[in-house]
Amino acid sequence: MAQRLKEVDVVIVGVGMVGTMVAKELAAAGYKVVGLERGQTRATVPEFQSPGIHDELRFDVRKALMQDNTREPVTFRNHGSQIALPVRRWESFLPGTGLGGSMVHWNGQTYRFQANDFQLATRTRERYGKNFLDADLTIQDWGVTYDDLEPHYDRFEYLLGTSGKAGNIKGQIQPGGDPHESPRSRDYPTPPQKEHYQGALFRKAAAGLGYHPFPQPSSNLSQPYTNPEGLKLNTCVFCGFCERYACEHYAKSVPQTVLLPVLLANPNFELRTGCQVQRINLDSTKKHATGVTYIDAVGREFEQPASLVVSSTFAINNIRMLLLSGIGKPYDPASGQGVVGRNYAYQTMSTVASFFDEDVIINPFMASGASGTLINDFAGDNFDHSGLGFIGGAFIGAVNTNGRPIEYHPTPPGTPNWGKAWKQAVVKHYNHTVMFSLHGSSMAARQNYADLDPTYRDAWGQPVLRITFDFPQNDLKMAAHVTAKGVEIGKAMGAKQVVGNPRKGPYTVTQYQTTHNTGGTVMGDNPKTSVVNRYLQSWDVPNVFVIGASNYPQNASWNPTCTLGALTYWAIDALKSKYLKNPGRLVSA
Amino acid sequence: MDRVTRRSFVTGVGAASVLPAATLLTSAQAAEPVKQNSPDASGIATPDVSAADRPTYLFFNAAEVLFIEAACERLIPADENGPGALGAGVPNYLDKQLGGAWGAGERLYRSGPWVLGTATQGYQLPFTPAELFRTCLRAIDHEMTAKNAAFHEMSGDQQDVYLKSLESGAHELDGVPSDIFFDMLLKMSIEGFFADPAYGGNKDMVAWRMIGFPGAYADYYESIDKHGVKFEREPLSLAEDGRGHVHMRPDIPANL
Repeated sequence: MAQRLKEVDVVIVGVGMVGTMVAKELAAAGYKVVGLERGQTRATVPEFQSPGIHDELRFDVRKALMQDNTREPVTFRNHGSQIALPVRRWESFLPGTGLGGSMVHWNGQTYRFQANDFQLATRTRERYGKNFLDADLTIQDWGVTYDDLEPHYDRFEYLLGTSGKAGNIKGQIQPGGDPHESPRSRDYPTPPQKEHYQGALFRKAAAGLGYHPFPQPSSNLSQPYTNPEGLKLNTCVFCGFCERYACEHYAKSVPQTVLLPVLLANPNFELRTGCQVQRINLDSTKKHATGVTYIDAVGREFEQPASLVVSSTFAINNIRMLLLSGIGKPYDPASGQGVVGRNYAYQTMSTVASFFDEDVIINPFMASGASGTLINDFAGDNFDHSGLGFIGGAFIGAVNTNGRPIEYHPTPPGTPNWGKAWKQAVVKHYNHTVMFSLHGSSMAARQNYADLDPTYRDAWGQPVLRITFDFPQNDLKMAAHVTAKGVEIGKAMGAKQVVGNPRKGPYTVTQYQTTHNTGGTVMGDNPKTSVVNRYLQSWDVPNVFVIGASNYPQNASWNPTCTLGALTYWAIDALKSKYLKNPGRLVSA
Repeated sequence: MDRVTRRSFVTGVGAASVLPAATLLTSAQAAEPVKQNSPDASGIATPDVSAADRPTYLFFNAAEVLFIEAACERLIPADENGPGALGAGVPNYLDKQLGGAWGAGERLYRSGPWVLGTATQGYQLPFTPAELFRTCLRAIDHEMTAKNAAFHEMSGDQQDVYLKSLESGAHELDGVPSDIFFDMLLKMSIEGFFADPAYGGNKDMVAWRMIGFPGAYADYYESIDKHGVKFEREPLSLAEDGRGHVHMRPDIPANL
């Protein structure tokens, strides 16, 4: 029997970046806020310190910072006709756990999406006609525009101290930046990081081909920075242990370095770790949440009543929280009806490997998670798709983040998987190869979705999330097209051998691609095709807000974190200026 | 506990295959270097590991050691670039990992029902890594015994043929498709070769030296924009003390 606790104003489910931001703002506004985090508390000191943190086996291979999949797995299948099976070890994507959430182990790649992305369905129809899209695609507009979000992008970048070079300030194109970016109100808070050799080789080749290389916007900082919250960050030293690791140097912008100390000092906020939220509780009308039920680390069950519930867990966990709570109609791919779990999307990742002679010393281990150089000439809708038969694109960049050798030892095609020839190829190419990432958009499709698994359970006895996903043909065509462009750049760098690896189906959970899972609780203007309105408020239960990359109707050509930060500030603004003054629907259904 | 000399293993592999798992093989007992394959033309190998460097095996039994040492050295052989799996201590890494939490299924979701599924769904067997190795190594030993053969006595080329047949999934090892076992063996061998020496492989950071990876070293601020210049520095282990001695800690947990 659950012990009923004293009611609070706000309960936050998941204290990662989003939860920290919402809690900090609402606690500062005078509301009593409880943050429930399933994982452990952790801080730069002592948990993230060297030398233990620089352990490839522990953090890269064995996924030490990730969601405990032995207690809380997901199941997966490519198609609805198959039996979904548990992802028994994380590989393809890596949801984090613990205070600070997945952002603790991010790479710090801090892109904005473009204006086009937020109105993708409308603009695609306008530019290419209404019959251009493949029939299976279910893309839609976001219900917010880039202009709505610009001030919030700006605020988030200044919270992080992002190091970059503007390409477009209020419509004025800036030399050295990305000319394709949508207008920003001012430059980045700190200048770009130093460019590594891979980036320099790429820059020269890409510029020579008439493209527009620019430095990767990085939240591993180029210089010391004090953010508007008064927190100080250090200069990144390019240790090459960024993604899947926590930063020991206070140089990566994560909740612990940019905001948590402020939140934790506020007596209006209470953090409870080791708390696994089972569901959001509804009253008998099913239109009003009364709080949440959770089980603590010792196994005790509690009911935490609250006036407002914010689900701010990792994207796939947001979907599951709503399904377990009976909030919103689950999506049915057969009829196309229902919304929760609909438009689950991902990222379409391809690579190009450029093998150089042994006199070209690359030093791949000198890097931050975001110290590369890239082009957006083939991203989004920055090129004409007429006659190509697909929409979307990818950035192409020399954005390799490390030389950690268990997982990074590139060899040319034809090299055996083991034996003398394998070893010789590893030794020969390790320090003389440039890897490009081609970071592609992921279009929502009718057959791709998430729901509750009928068979497998988590450690608390609840159904786990079932993901049904394969790459739509649209995205595979995009990957082939953009990879060919990447190969041309590799050749222009003067590499001896250039190998393009366009993403091909079927999607597999056995190979790391990205942790950019999106959709499933998408935002929009129409309750028949979205779970939350443009302020990220549940259409069905107005005192529940759901915030995560699960809100994205489809995924764009860039890493999703910065857009999520902007959306979070956008939703916080609506909470503070509208909802909390007069709780109720912010948009009429 | 049975105690058997190295010589008796080498000469009596058939008997060794039925020895209890608890059999210990220590450096002192392993006075005779085991016969190993190196890439020389003769096909009969010469050892590249001195007896004093031989690890104490705690997980693998004596028969398993013969296979594991020989197989790992074919996967990552010694060559002109430097030591292979044996010289780097890869079998020791495997032994310590399989005998520890990882071998017992650390970070592996282990509830049924069990269905083999599609290749895109990944590993779906009920076995922990330790159980998988035990099961498959026993099955391999039975296969060899039935053919009156011993893997570690084959020529290098013959060993490669056999390993390739495992890799292709051609064998069923007591119900386990052999490619699943081979993939785990290869993956863990590469881990042991390149992981921090704290885990018991990558001895003296030989694999890092071979490719020029500086290990746990953590500051390239002054070097990163000196483009194309080789970074000359001794690699650093995370378990290195002030005198440069690396302390073995194979039991580091796979969480924070």
